[in-house]
Amino acid sequence: MRFLTAALAGLLFGLGLLLAGMTNPAKVLAFLDVAGAWDPSLALVMLGAIGVSLWPMQWTKKQAKTLLGSSLHMPTQRRVDQRLIFGSLLFGIGWGLTGICPGPAVSLLLSGQGAIALFFISLITGMGLFRVLERLFPHW
Amino acid sequence: MQIDWSQFTPWTALAGGLLIGLGASLWALCNGRIAGISGLIASLLERQSDGLAEKAVFLGGLLVAPLVWSLWAPLPAFNLPVAEILLIPAGLLVGVGTRYASGCTSGHAVCGLARLSLRSLVATLCFMASAVGTLYVIRHVLGG
Repeated sequence: MRFLTAALAGLLFGLGLLLAGMTNPAKVLAFLDVAGAWDPSLALVMLGAIGVSLWPMQWTKKQAKTLLGSSLHMPTQRRVDQRLIFGSLLFGIGWGLTGICPGPAVSLLLSGQGAIALFFISLITGMGLFRVLERLFPHW
Repeated sequence: MQIDWSQFTPWTALAGGLLIGLGASLWALCNGRIAGISGLIASLLERQSDGLAEKAVFLGGLLVAPLVWSLWAPLPAFNLPVAEILLIPAGLLVGVGTRYASGCTSGHAVCGLARLSLRSLVATLCFMASAVGTLYVIRHVLGG
């Protein structure tokens, strides 16, 4: 059952990205380009997504188990630290360069866009680089 | 600020957002996890034992979404308006950055904000600001 819900959740998420326009870098960049010809559409994507998930997320917070009876794996970190801020700023620079973030990168892999493979390989390399950096600067 | 109404697609944006929210909710309610794509990719890469199979299935659903879509309708437009070489530094920065931040657009700007997490609010403000700033420099300062 949990594999069925996992597959359905991933599929819905991916179809949503496609319908919303998140898999079109030009559209994402038009949202980020507030000083140019601004396309506010993606604000509505966030509004819709948060609107739908607000109640389920709040409900989940108060539960001890999932609807299927398995244990919850929700984030426990509360502290706003330099890693969060530094990481988010770096991520934003990368996102602003091409308009591609991790979700759409996965959803675009099989749609025949050769360029996406280049992004995806770099993304995985970046995640590997993080592990090296963590070992070099463990207190950061 | 000048709104480009010709490109504004409020209904598909809202409906797409609803589907994203439904997927994230189902994943949280039934599997008890955050639909954060960068985190899911990382846990697969690091072969974390915790829920590895169901995470792979979720990402599988995300991966085949365009194939399912194309059974009914032509795929939406894909237009990369920048030089392809930029995909390399972009991917690297997104990879390192999302690991330090423990999340990306999906984990922080959708799930985290819906959970009313302060960490996610700070993360979202930071990456939105640096994305807008980066694009501003490229398009309006360097004039690319």
